[in-house]
Amino acid sequence: MTTFGKVSTEQVYEVLIQVKDPEIDSVSIIDLGMVEKVTTEGNNVKVVLLPTFLGCPALEIIKKNTMNAVNELPGVGEVLVEFVFHPPWTSDRITEKGHVGLRAFGIAPPPRHFEEDGSWHVDCAYCGSTYVTMDNIFGPTACRSILYCKSCKNVFEAMKPVSTLM
Amino acid sequence: MSVSQNDLTLENREAITSLLFQLADDDFMYAYRGSEWLGLAPHIEADIASSSISQDSMGHAAMFYTLLEDLGAGNANDLAHSRKAIDRRNCILTERVNGEGYYMETPHYDWAYAVVRSYLYTQAKKVKIDSLCGSSYKPLAEAAVKVRIELYYHRLHWEIWFKQLMSSTDIAKNKMNAALKLVMNDFGDVFSYGNQKLAIEMTKLIGTEEEMKANWTASIEPVFTTLQLELPKIPDSPEKNGRMGEHTKDLDEALTTLSEVYLLDPVAIW
Ligand SMILES: [Zn+2]
Repeated sequence: MTTFGKVSTEQVYEVLIQVKDPEIDSVSIIDLGMVEKVTTEGNNVKVVLLPTFLGCPALEIIKKNTMNAVNELPGVGEVLVEFVFHPPWTSDRITEKGHVGLRAFGIAPPPRHFEEDGSWHVDCAYCGSTYVTMDNIFGPTACRSILYCKSCKNVFEAMKPVSTLM
Repeated sequence: MSVSQNDLTLENREAITSLLFQLADDDFMYAYRGSEWLGLAPHIEADIASSSISQDSMGHAAMFYTLLEDLGAGNANDLAHSRKAIDRRNCILTERVNGEGYYMETPHYDWAYAVVRSYLYTQAKKVKIDSLCGSSYKPLAEAAVKVRIELYYHRLHWEIWFKQLMSSTDIAKNKMNAALKLVMNDFGDVFSYGNQKLAIEMTKLIGTEEEMKANWTASIEPVFTTLQLELPKIPDSPEKNGRMGEHTKDLDEALTTLSEVYLLDPVAIW
């Protein structure tokens, strides 16, 4: 008979690094700041996630992938993954590593600052130029916008800044 | 004072349930009408934005239905898809068709109507959500904080469209003004709380109807002034009040289409 030690939260966090955004495979849900809490009780694990946008169709996939990843842990018991909307997810939860991953994917990370009128600025994801214009505040997914760089003439995407101050 | 779902009196529960159905059904129908525009908006950017906004709004509806499920009102999916028109509490404005024709065939949808409806509905939603952030029912207040963030971009988007079309060619202006008239004719029940009005207001779930109306008018005033437009008036008493279960045939038809899809695959994720 094989006996396993208790599953630790550290182990859970470790496997969660493997759970990527289904659309941006260079960024994990930890880097996106979606993991609010991990608790263990014996070998049972509970993961609490924050949805980026409520209507995001990737949420169910993320939930399933999280379940699968945690279930891979040796000796793991019951696994519960749930979404809560409090505290609200904000784009400043994205880590530095997350910013690097986004850039690697050609997506400008969300700016940390807003102007007073709520507008915001990002540099070109390709050449870093500040000479960019907003093409469409709504990109291919709820969380991204489409911009155009007047320096290198590339169209690029940016993660929308999301803040409770808006 | 704020309450969580455990220490609710029966009266409170009725008021909360009633308000949640109004919020959920509003967003559900608004998102449904928005989704019918898929592939039909004037250009690709508008199309992407519109479908993204519909998706967000459906997410908001799903969250309100989930709050109802938490209160024991039934399964969130069933609440969204399987209730009859007479049980629906959405305002008339959100159920109106986009125009003539069926979206699978050759619809003649009116983009001006879509812009005006969306702009004024989103402003109304913002006013309510702002107030709900301080709701005495804590789960609803927390949900409102989340919705408020997403709504920021919706409002911005529709305001830009509204301003641009209202200051465009004479043809555009005429269409927009005709749409404005249609939308305002249906605005009488947008800020109605139906037969739970007293309980909803007394328990401070949300600001009063009068406060919401005043805040809405104040919120659109700068834009209307800039465009030199007369501020629209909210009708005193609606012809039909959706909050009381009074609806048009547009809702019956929408629900038939929706339930056909749902009954085909009731476990599909929406
Ligand atoms: Zn560039």
